[in-house]
Amino acid sequence: MSLADPAPKAGFRLSQLIYDTRYRSYTIQVVVLLLLVAVLIWLVNNTIANLAVRGKDINFDFLWSRAGYDIGQTLIPYTNDSTHGRALVIGLLNTLLVAVLASFFATVLGVVVGVLRLSNNWLVARLMTVYVEVFRNIPLLLWIILVFVILGETRPGPKDFKVTPEMTAAGQEPAASMWFWDTVAVTNRGTNIPRPLLEHGIGSFEILGVPINLSVIATILVLIGSVWVNRILLRKATAVQEATGTRPTTWWKSLLILVVPVVALLAAMGLHFEYPELKGFNFQGGILVFHSFTALLVALTLYSATYIAEAVRAGIQAISRGQSEAAHALGLRPGRTMSLVIMPQALRVIIPPLISQYLNITKNTTLGMAISYMDLKGTLGGITLNQTGRELECMLLMMLIYLALSLLISALMNIYNNAVRLKER
Amino acid sequence: MKKSVFLGTVAAATLIAGMASATTLEDVKARGQLLCGSNTGLTGFGAPDASGNWTGLDVDVCRAVAAAVLGDSTKVKFVPLTGETRFTALQSGEVDVLIRNSTWTYSRDTDLKLDFVAVNYYDGQGFMVKKDLGVSSAKELDGATVCIQSGTTTELNLADFFKTNKISYTPVNVADDAEALRQFEAGACDAYTTDASGLAASRAGLSNPQDYVILPEIISKEPLGPAVRHGDSAWGDVVRWSYFTMLIAEEKGITKANVDEIVKAATDDTNYDPEVRRLLGVDGDMGKLMGVDAKWAYNIIKQVGNYGESFEANVGTNTPIGLARGLNALWTQGGLQYAPPLR
Repeated sequence: MSLADPAPKAGFRLSQLIYDTRYRSYTIQVVVLLLLVAVLIWLVNNTIANLAVRGKDINFDFLWSRAGYDIGQTLIPYTNDSTHGRALVIGLLNTLLVAVLASFFATVLGVVVGVLRLSNNWLVARLMTVYVEVFRNIPLLLWIILVFVILGETRPGPKDFKVTPEMTAAGQEPAASMWFWDTVAVTNRGTNIPRPLLEHGIGSFEILGVPINLSVIATILVLIGSVWVNRILLRKATAVQEATGTRPTTWWKSLLILVVPVVALLAAMGLHFEYPELKGFNFQGGILVFHSFTALLVALTLYSATYIAEAVRAGIQAISRGQSEAAHALGLRPGRTMSLVIMPQALRVIIPPLISQYLNITKNTTLGMAISYMDLKGTLGGITLNQTGRELECMLLMMLIYLALSLLISALMNIYNNAVRLKER
Repeated sequence: MKKSVFLGTVAAATLIAGMASATTLEDVKARGQLLCGSNTGLTGFGAPDASGNWTGLDVDVCRAVAAAVLGDSTKVKFVPLTGETRFTALQSGEVDVLIRNSTWTYSRDTDLKLDFVAVNYYDGQGFMVKKDLGVSSAKELDGATVCIQSGTTTELNLADFFKTNKISYTPVNVADDAEALRQFEAGACDAYTTDASGLAASRAGLSNPQDYVILPEIISKEPLGPAVRHGDSAWGDVVRWSYFTMLIAEEKGITKANVDEIVKAATDDTNYDPEVRRLLGVDGDMGKLMGVDAKWAYNIIKQVGNYGESFEANVGTNTPIGLARGLNALWTQGGLQYAPPLR
């Protein structure tokens, strides 16, 4: 029978590349790869050729030339004599500031809302549903502009805070007043808050033009040290509890350990505050937090928190009911059930979507351009791009920086994800 | 220029394949429409009116170019551009000519590869403040918050002005004129700075213009003019001479109303002013030299009018903007507007 015939011992034929399933997938992959490379080469060539036609080249020298423009919100010293490169750093720091704060607040709010959405209290659960649905289903840009306009249009101008001697004599109050014992002033331009100053700080040094304040580093180190000592204390308390059955009182020791060293350090460095005061057109002294920053932060937080809340809810609901029922059966109260049984298990479902939320927050900060927030897009991709006319270079740099930022966040979060995921033995 | 190919995902706007296979002049003729980069809305210079018709001093230059090249001043498509997008739009071929109160500077001329072909408005940067601020000079603005349109020369002038006067300010960098004005009106800044003409135009558009004052200091030179891409001189010539035609027409007293009479008179009388005869195509064909119709100048004057007419209709003393001719008067009247001889 022909079926029993041994297969012909022919060598490799070219047609096998298409008809033989063993080779076909390789053929397809190679062809796709070649096409991809060809498209990339064409793109790069096209760009260079077209730039050449217009007599332009790719050149990053502009980063070292004088910027010539001023920026409102700067975290590190900057004047119009600084370079475009420094303006880039200013923008990057502003991006990071709003991204980090928004991620933090969104996480806190998101977790709370996500848990409350599952509450047995009908009113609370419905309120949270309304919040999530309203914020999630309206574009972020609109929220940003709304918050910005509300802050700008409803707050009084700086001159409404003015108290003249005639007004004092007539017993009149100014149209607007500062809050928190005259330390914070919210005008239609921004929020003026006190500035912490050190009488005798430890000093600072510069890395790549970015000043690093040693006093701040020292404070953070002391805080970390305190937390670490406190953990040892708690662990000992747990050991005592397991051995004897009674837990020693630790709260006042914890409080001492956490508070005293930092307060002592700050007192030694001579911490005092500079309060904002109305002088001329504006409040002088203190720190001016621009409304563009506040609006971006508030809108980003409220918007992103809804997504995080949904991720948290999904994570909690992914844990089988048996877990909480078992915990209740053991006599755990609902709060402890949540924190000791449900949340640790839910985290491994929550973390992956959380990573993409942090990435979204970081990228969404570019929407600040709508309200003139001077982030990376505002300095490098806005004014620098315009003043130098180096569109391609600025765009490439910006894409590179955002890509690096996103990859960095992903990497860090993946490390955390590995730490909390289910350990299989 | 071949069809611009937009490469969507990768590197976006900068990768527009503009292969210069033909000149802009041929492109415009083939398309039958002029693409003119305009302001997003600056009353008096370039803004659409209530019924969507674009009017303004800059707009009239666009219309003049269309009249010269296509014989019809209405064959213009106005492309609104912000301060940030305008030069990229011109370089990438999105517009044929940029007439959008743009300042002629050295670096734009050289580094940005643009050619400014004329100056249709001599301007300078000024400040506008609310009257109740009680400020009468820009030098009293120490500590003020100032709204500026970002991506403009005004941003750099502002920094220089405050620096040389050793006073401080807080900048609020805003993307476009309308938003800057909104923030200024809402009180988010004490002063608003841009070209003095722009201030006058903006002030006219505010709800209570009498509550605002423009400070006397002019802190910079801002020659505003039409710009074309570097390296297309033939097209630059067309734009330049379309504008100069409006100047020569004013100098010779030719207006929209009397241009027909003058053509008739010049045709009948061979001893009529020879420059007018050349301009209106009665004597010889000057249009051929730059590749447009012989009646190009006639079309401009008939359909758009001369510079003086355009000025008075859009920004002159009888308009809400109320600008005096000043530096923009003809050279014969002590101004700077001067057209080379047409011969």
